[in-house]
Amino acid sequence: MPIKVLIPTPLRPYAGKQSVIGVTAKTVGEAFSDLVALHPSLRKHLFSEDGKLRSFVNVYLNDEDIRYLNKDETAVKESDTITIVPSVAGG
Amino acid sequence: MALKIPRALYDQLRQHGEATYPHECCGVLVGEFDEAGGKAVRTVVQCGNTRTDSPQNRYHISPSELVRIQREALLAGQDIVGFYHSHPDHPARWSSTDLDEAHWYGCSYVITSVEKGRAVLTNSFLLLEQEESKHLKDEKLEIIEQ
Repeated sequence: MPIKVLIPTPLRPYAGKQSVIGVTAKTVGEAFSDLVALHPSLRKHLFSEDGKLRSFVNVYLNDEDIRYLNKDETAVKESDTITIVPSVAGG
Repeated sequence: MALKIPRALYDQLRQHGEATYPHECCGVLVGEFDEAGGKAVRTVVQCGNTRTDSPQNRYHISPSELVRIQREALLAGQDIVGFYHSHPDHPARWSSTDLDEAHWYGCSYVITSVEKGRAVLTNSFLLLEQEESKHLKDEKLEIIEQ
């Protein structure tokens, strides 16, 4: 069973209009590589030119922010869910 | 294209702004997109404002709350279609900070002005384009009487 990646509304036009995409990976970084390989136009919406995740893109593994886990190196297993959520803020 | 919202939910998000005055309130609009690009709100989810350093003129929704709301919306066959917040003693127009911090393209950003504790105007804005060319456009807010 692949790892599920939940795609937020604004990124779906670049992900074949899908809300959930299955990927095969052992780490969060590999999951994103697989995701971008499946849907290349997602890359520029997720990563800046230096290849880092854009600052406003939050990534959760199940209920944990990967920044507080092992970031890209965070291990994933089948049945895990990765959720992408852009930040919501303003003035 | 319009953002359609039942009267009870419209009242609910305005009352949230009155309840948190003089601080900004914030929350998520869950519902459905239609074929024509319009949106219908089915649920208003009140969130906490995590900007405790400047809650009178800033808001921020915890990403962990967004993760939970998005997951529950998908399970219900719905989507996050927008967000709302209040402007205490400030017009119901988007600010430069609102635009800078907006990243949910195709979604609505609803703003209510709250003057001296009372909700006055509520306007909706649609976030368009993409990060380098983004802009907020006035959007019709259609209140559904029940």
